[in-house]
Amino acid sequence: MHLHKYEKIWLTLGVISLIIFLSVVGVSAFSQNHTPAGGMETIDPKKVNETAPFDNPGVTQLDDDTYQATIVAMAFGYTAPELKVPVGKEVVFKVTSTDVVHSFTIDNTKVNMMVVPGRITTKSYTFEKPGTYLILCNEYCGTGHHMMYTEIEVYEE
Amino acid sequence: MIALQDRKIALWNIGVAYTAFLIGTLCGLLQVFIRNDALQLPAWLDYYQILTAHGVLLALIYTTFFIFGFFITGMSKSLGSFGPKVRLFSWIGFWVTLLGTVMATAMIISGQASVMYTFYAPLKASGFFYVGLALVIIGTWISSFALVGHYRVWRKNHKGQLSPLFAFMTITTIIMWIIACLGVVATVLFQYIPWAFGWTDTIDVELSRSLFWYFGHPLVYFWLLPAYMAWYVIVPKLLGVKVFSDSLARMSFVLFILFSIPVGFHHQLTEPGISNFWKFLQVVLTFMVIVPSLMTAFSMFATFEIAGRKNGGKGLFGWFTKLPWKDIRFTSIFIAMLFFIPGGAGGIINASFQLNEVVHNTLWIVGHFHITVGTPVAMTFMGVTFWLIPYLTGRKFTKSMKVLGLVQIITWSIGMLLMSTAQHLLGLLGAPRRTAYSSYNNHPSSAEWFDGILTNHVTMAIGGSILFMSAMILIYIVIMTMFLSPKAVEAKDMVDFPLAESDMSNTPKWLENWWIWIGLALALIALAYAIPLTHMIQHAPPGSEGFKTW
Ligand code: HEM
Ligand SMILES: [Cu+2]
Ligand SMILES: [Cu+2]
Repeated sequence: MHLHKYEKIWLTLGVISLIIFLSVVGVSAFSQNHTPAGGMETIDPKKVNETAPFDNPGVTQLDDDTYQATIVAMAFGYTAPELKVPVGKEVVFKVTSTDVVHSFTIDNTKVNMMVVPGRITTKSYTFEKPGTYLILCNEYCGTGHHMMYTEIEVYEE
Repeated sequence: MIALQDRKIALWNIGVAYTAFLIGTLCGLLQVFIRNDALQLPAWLDYYQILTAHGVLLALIYTTFFIFGFFITGMSKSLGSFGPKVRLFSWIGFWVTLLGTVMATAMIISGQASVMYTFYAPLKASGFFYVGLALVIIGTWISSFALVGHYRVWRKNHKGQLSPLFAFMTITTIIMWIIACLGVVATVLFQYIPWAFGWTDTIDVELSRSLFWYFGHPLVYFWLLPAYMAWYVIVPKLLGVKVFSDSLARMSFVLFILFSIPVGFHHQLTEPGISNFWKFLQVVLTFMVIVPSLMTAFSMFATFEIAGRKNGGKGLFGWFTKLPWKDIRFTSIFIAMLFFIPGGAGGIINASFQLNEVVHNTLWIVGHFHITVGTPVAMTFMGVTFWLIPYLTGRKFTKSMKVLGLVQIITWSIGMLLMSTAQHLLGLLGAPRRTAYSSYNNHPSSAEWFDGILTNHVTMAIGGSILFMSAMILIYIVIMTMFLSPKAVEAKDMVDFPLAESDMSNTPKWLENWWIWIGLALALIALAYAIPLTHMIQHAPPGSEGFKTW
């Protein structure tokens, strides 16, 4: 198959930039742990309210520098009393759903997690600025989808 | 001109396509006004019902019927008239697809299927909605097999020859489509239908999502490849030159069979149940389609330059002014290509593993597919419509139609530029997609999204209104060229199917050995999916009951 000289140059440059780009993404993902939300844990979607840690949702402190925020999503809101976390500390979010698929998305942050019934989604995040953040659902979940929201307060210690 | 009976099948497909387009764009208009609180719906109608209809009718139905109308015409033109069996099965395929469309649409309109075109479980629509979807897919398979049959007859009668480029590309697209549909057929037949009719109690949600996206990504290539066909084989003819390189065109198409399917996880990057390793592997495979895309871009610009120079263009860029800008068949497709440059770049961002978190399910995504399928693909189809319908009906494409065509293309571009820019920016700020009007109880964050120069409630509405006007002009052109324009009697008024010549003398024969490509595609699919899907099934949580939350 014959390739024009310029085409060879064009494709070579294209493929090289592709390799560089993917290496950057891959290294950042796996050596610096910059991976999107996910997780392999499962749960019975009908027994969420009886299963730890979702039987007692909210914020708990794991150690000096780590907090865990457990949230249950359902049409059309989130069960998570008193969502307050300190600035500059790692917060591990754990979210699941009792009914359909939702999202747990914190405005102005990189927390954007799909919440799938039967599964637990995990994402760790450290807030850099104090304030009150809007949390919303960005996966269609029914008539009240655009009204599904809550807030998280990030305070200075 | 092709046989009358073949023309009839093509015209019916195109007719259904534009009926779907009419209803779908009307839904789009309603959406932009509901989203900014300028329109209150009556109690029996709901935003999400309208949005489901918009997605299904434009993304699935308009595209599919138009594509088959285009394929049928081009296959009859390049391989000769259909035999009776091919004709029969093309009709059966058409009616089955139409029956499925009507069933699914009836369920949406009656409020029993406000589940979006992605129908994610455990939202549970009426069982007949899923049956309708299944019939749509089965119908396209029947139509596909009819075309494959036609192609096989040709191959038998032309032993040892490569098929014409149009036929080769049609078959490539069909092979990809059939392999891709296996995922959605599996989930609809074995998961959704038994569950929706109550034969099973629960559904494995994550598995259904994964099977859907196994299909969902190649679905976008099913829209794109027919547009690429127009770019590769129609555009050169409009410019008065040959296809730039026959072998390169074929090579780029078969690469799409390989790299458009094993990549569905890039739509599931922020969800649980798939480990990072498999997500990342599919991200890498996703980026492989950049290679055939670069090949396509090169071929296009080479074609433009050769044509421009042939017409006397001088200097480094002089050829540019020598292109036939007044020919609406060309200008439409050229603008469509321009939209694909930011569209493709946006796609790279979406698939970039971590960056996906910034944009996933925001309005950015909505902006993205309006400048990929909504313009590059749809506008290429519009540009094809201008000659395809008159070619099939034997009517003139009159001067006034040409002017209207130009107005239509320009207004669509302006409308889309406004609407999609607003959507992209709003998405970056964090505004979610698939939402009726909402201020989240007057939350300051949400107010912030909407107070920019372009990111306000008005820009999208203006863009959407211009788009709808453009759509109506197109519908007018379709009706005129289908039923009302004067018949072309003199040779100079006849509208032609602009099929470019392609020099196959250097094209290697192995490019048309489909078993190589099917085998490699299946191997890549097994590599990307076998282990994570097995794990998903073996470690499945208790399933979900259905919910009707609308
Ligand atoms: C009159 C022209 C159009 C207008 C005004 C329009 C408007 C819109 C708007 C405002 C949304 C987003 C709503 C939301 O997320 O809340 C949307 C979604 C969408 N549009 Fe369009 N659009 C038009 C044409 C098209 C065309 C031609 C296509 C494809 C061929 C298309 C495909 C889609 C799809 C697939 C969605 C997503 C549906 C979903 O989220 O399930 N649109 N459109
Ligand atoms: Cu929601
Ligand atoms: Cu995709």
